[in-house]
Amino acid sequence: MNSKLDFSVLLDPVYRHWIFDGIVTMLQLTAFAWLLAIVLGTLLALIRMTQNRWAERAVSVYVEYHRNVPMLVQIFIWYFGVPTLLSPAVQHWINAQRSEFLFAFIAVGMCMAAYMSEDLRSGIRSIPKSQLEASRALGLSYLQAFRLIILPQAVRIALPTLISHTVLLFKNTSLAMAIGVAELTYATREIESQSFRTIEIYIVATSIYLAISLLIMAAGAGLQHRYRIKAR
Amino acid sequence: MIDIINIVRDNWILLLIGQYPNGPLGGLAITLLLSVAGLALAFPVSILLAIARVSPLRWIRLPATVVVYVVRGVPLIMFIFWVYFFVPLLIGSTVSGFTTMLITLVIYQAAYLAEVIRAGIEGLPRGQSEAARALGMSYMQTIVNIILPQALYNMLPAMVSQFVSTIKETSLGYVISVNELTFAANQVNSTLLTKPFPVFMLLALIYFLLCFSLSQFAHFLERRISKKRAGVGAGNKKPAEPDVNLVIAQAVE
Repeated sequence: MNSKLDFSVLLDPVYRHWIFDGIVTMLQLTAFAWLLAIVLGTLLALIRMTQNRWAERAVSVYVEYHRNVPMLVQIFIWYFGVPTLLSPAVQHWINAQRSEFLFAFIAVGMCMAAYMSEDLRSGIRSIPKSQLEASRALGLSYLQAFRLIILPQAVRIALPTLISHTVLLFKNTSLAMAIGVAELTYATREIESQSFRTIEIYIVATSIYLAISLLIMAAGAGLQHRYRIKAR
Repeated sequence: MIDIINIVRDNWILLLIGQYPNGPLGGLAITLLLSVAGLALAFPVSILLAIARVSPLRWIRLPATVVVYVVRGVPLIMFIFWVYFFVPLLIGSTVSGFTTMLITLVIYQAAYLAEVIRAGIEGLPRGQSEAARALGMSYMQTIVNIILPQALYNMLPAMVSQFVSTIKETSLGYVISVNELTFAANQVNSTLLTKPFPVFMLLALIYFLLCFSLSQFAHFLERRISKKRAGVGAGNKKPAEPDVNLVIAQAVE
């Protein structure tokens, strides 16, 4: 065991560069996947609210699949499986891009969309139906009622679970290392195998993850406080 | 579809138990073993953590809170690598992938389970512990005889969900080459080479059948328990308020 911690090795420009790039990739992956998850999640929740039986069933299959299969397996299906279903020309085009990043982003985003749609749905369900009826009686259209009356309250109620799922999404971007996306965990492994400063690099990487997670939690708590429904 | 059936026919033993009679146990058997053992070992730790989290004493509460937040804020894969590198350093001998994964799961699940149990404790009405204290029980007696049995019972569905999470988390054993289901599927994939989609769909299907049935069981438990609680407090707006007689009956036991 190394007798002393020595972080100076990590100041080596090459390693510094890897860490920095890893952080950037990780944040990009988080941001893209989060956007996909929240947009798709909202859509799925809205589809489920239409009370069309078939639409509802389709959404529930989507949700159950994504919640009951490990995310790593979903990533494998996207990265190894899906390209083989496409035509060779498309495969070539995809391989020329950062295909591992693309598929990781789709897999993480689509999986978390399932969780977020459930968060929003339970938020929407906790708003009494009479509110929708009242807004319709007051002359709002269905969509207006949804956008102005139901959703603002539903999102507030769903906020705590949405935040914890955002943290989960952020943490799960680390799984992209399994298909070679050069995010922070991947960079950490690389630096560890090159420098052998195992403890140091793991302390650095873990602290970065922890700091960003805590930041998301704190921002979430701030949002919750800012947009709380004030008691009368 | 035909592909999937063929793959099952040719590889079901590998996927189910690995190379077992001639080699180490693997596949689904290891996945199940890891998740059951992981959760079972995490359970007592999580109870201690949960009690510490609701302790009135700051110096007990604080470290437990730190543990929970660190685990919640750091990816599982990072913990796997920490255990992978540092447990051998600590104990001075090599550790198998299975043990590495088991230790990681116990740490990780203990923290998550502790939050579930804490939610159960905090979901009980204050009157419960006040009544118990008024009846002359000590703090620990109140926790052990009054609070925990109810909190654990109410949180049974959430614990089943936690079991589902654990099963899904064992798939990460793949990154340190633990012989579990995902690893076995990757072996199948690399021998077949040309059939990644059916192989991984099959893998997803196995996990799905396992986790979905457990999730449904959790829903069933949830409905049953909430019905039971509503029954106890008949007509009461707060279903969590149990009968006073029940509290005393439990206290006497």
